Amino acid sequence: MAQIAVEATPRVDREPLRESLVLGNPTLHDVTEKIAGIVDRPPTWKYWLTLSVTGLAAAWGIFCIGYTIATGIGVWGLNNPVAWGWDITNFVWWIGIGHAGTLISAILHLFRQRWRTAINRSAEAMTIFAVICAGLFPLIHLGRPWFAYWLLPYPNQMYMWVNFRSPLVWDVFAVSTYLTVSILFWYLGLLPDLATVRNFVQRRLPKAIYSFFSLGWVGAARHWQHYEIAYLILAAISTPLVLSVHSVVSFDFAVSILPGWHTTIFPPYFVAGAIFSGFAMVLTLVLIARWVLNLQDFITLKHIDNMNRILLATGMMVGYAYAMEFFVAMYSGNEYERYVFFNRAFGPYGWAYWTMVFCNVAVPQLFWSRRLRRNVVVTFIASILVNIGMWFERFVIIVSSLHHDFLPASWGYYAPTWVEVSIYVGTLGIFFTLFLLFAKYVPIIAISEVKAILPRSQPQHHVPVAA
Amino acid sequence: MVAKLKPLAVMGNYKDPDALLQAVVEIRKAGYRYFEVYTPYPIHGLEQAMGLRRSRLPYISLFGGLAGLGTALLLQWWTGAVDYPLNIGGKPFFAWEFSVPVNFELTVLFTAFATVIGFLWLCRLPRWYSDYQHDTGFRAATDDTFVVSIESRDPLFSIEETRALLERLGAENVRLVEA
Repeated sequence: MAQIAVEATPRVDREPLRESLVLGNPTLHDVTEKIAGIVDRPPTWKYWLTLSVTGLAAAWGIFCIGYTIATGIGVWGLNNPVAWGWDITNFVWWIGIGHAGTLISAILHLFRQRWRTAINRSAEAMTIFAVICAGLFPLIHLGRPWFAYWLLPYPNQMYMWVNFRSPLVWDVFAVSTYLTVSILFWYLGLLPDLATVRNFVQRRLPKAIYSFFSLGWVGAARHWQHYEIAYLILAAISTPLVLSVHSVVSFDFAVSILPGWHTTIFPPYFVAGAIFSGFAMVLTLVLIARWVLNLQDFITLKHIDNMNRILLATGMMVGYAYAMEFFVAMYSGNEYERYVFFNRAFGPYGWAYWTMVFCNVAVPQLFWSRRLRRNVVVTFIASILVNIGMWFERFVIIVSSLHHDFLPASWGYYAPTWVEVSIYVGTLGIFFTLFLLFAKYVPIIAISEVKAILPRSQPQHHVPVAA
Repeated sequence: MVAKLKPLAVMGNYKDPDALLQAVVEIRKAGYRYFEVYTPYPIHGLEQAMGLRRSRLPYISLFGGLAGLGTALLLQWWTGAVDYPLNIGGKPFFAWEFSVPVNFELTVLFTAFATVIGFLWLCRLPRWYSDYQHDTGFRAATDDTFVVSIESRDPLFSIEETRALLERLGAENVRLVEA
């Protein structure tokens, strides 16, 4: 029945039932022209200005990393009992930001959410750069980063192996797998677009470079068939991977016995928070890119609306987790547990706690309103506030749990030094520098995917297959 | 340049996905086997119309995943319980519970590599030279054109008749590509 109905449907240009995902009704060639054109045109002065600011920040951060390594982590404000401070806060924050990229590229692909095509490429790039920034922090925190390879199981003269019972070793496996798989997934998705750029650019050197990286992709139907399966499999394995990575990061805390860390709620709580913060960062980046590169036709208000809904949903999950932590502490009857949570909200770090609650629980409530979800300025400010709030969430979890532990005699207070602040600013610089380079030299929107969702880009009739 | 040119393929371009699909069905009905379609994005139903078999890639991925799982289990069990058993807090030398995170990560890692390498192998990529790359109409396949190419190695291939078939099937810019 269904098949007959499809065959009998005449081709008419009906009003689309849903809001269009690409505005301005572009042809296939317009899409190529618009997106590959970004790569081909020389950068504007705005671009050089931004790049020099971010590059300067990155250089300063790298200098401070060098200073830390050369001098020792005594140049940081860490003390006993607060042995984890900004470094691990930044690590968890950056890793979390990466998660939205995988969520958009993998999970939304599996759910057939076609609106993802406008933002998946930049979100995946963001993932890779965020994980690179994240990975720096535990390495520097080692104190002797030149021994970082001791974290890997390899045969050595000491006849020692890594301790697979430790969550810190799981973390090494989780984060390095995550980075590797994200790069593979991103590159696979890029192949057809690199080929498009290869055939689009005229200048010799860019043509040679894009030829090399497109591996000779020609768009053969037999290749597309394998490509689509490969993409689907990578999406299918990335989906549990992204959930596992932040779960494993949360084990770093949850497997210890410290009140405030030793909680079963941590894995889902961390994953929800990661997606929340990641979407905030995607919004920040995408809104800037949309404005600078004039991509309003591809990144529409509908995309922003959808992302704000996810922000609202995950923000409330995080809010629920905050409340549940307090409830469980109260219900446990354990005085240390109760003290930690009371101290978290009303102790020396109470200001950080309430900043977190305001940014992560109160601010997303704006997005119940459709008008605000579609307001670019409100969205941009809210996304920055959520980024700040999620940074404070990690700071609160790490520092407020550590600074008052079991023995009042060993209580302390922690504040960062200029070196820690500089390294954090430096990773922001590294992140935005890499993102700017990406936005200029790699197709920032998945060209082939956008073409595939244009109206009438797919066959309308059912063609009977020859026997 | 007096070297004799060898015919490689007859190509025709399409702009409309429906016409393309219809043409592919007809080409197949006419008995051609060695033909390929080049498109800027995957077209729904094209592989059925071309009569392609399902990709074997999932088996390669599955193999990779199992290899990863096996590696992870073997690594954790052998290093912890056989080669150098070390008592840490009285925890067992090996137990499946604590091995889960690393098992999972290595399964995913090996699956990903198997998938990408398998994909490249099935597509015979990288291949930095294409016989057709100097044909402008062919290069448009990464932009906005669907290119049907009937190759000269097909037993039914004849420059005149194949050209006529593509023209009858509504292809634009039907041409012989030589090298």
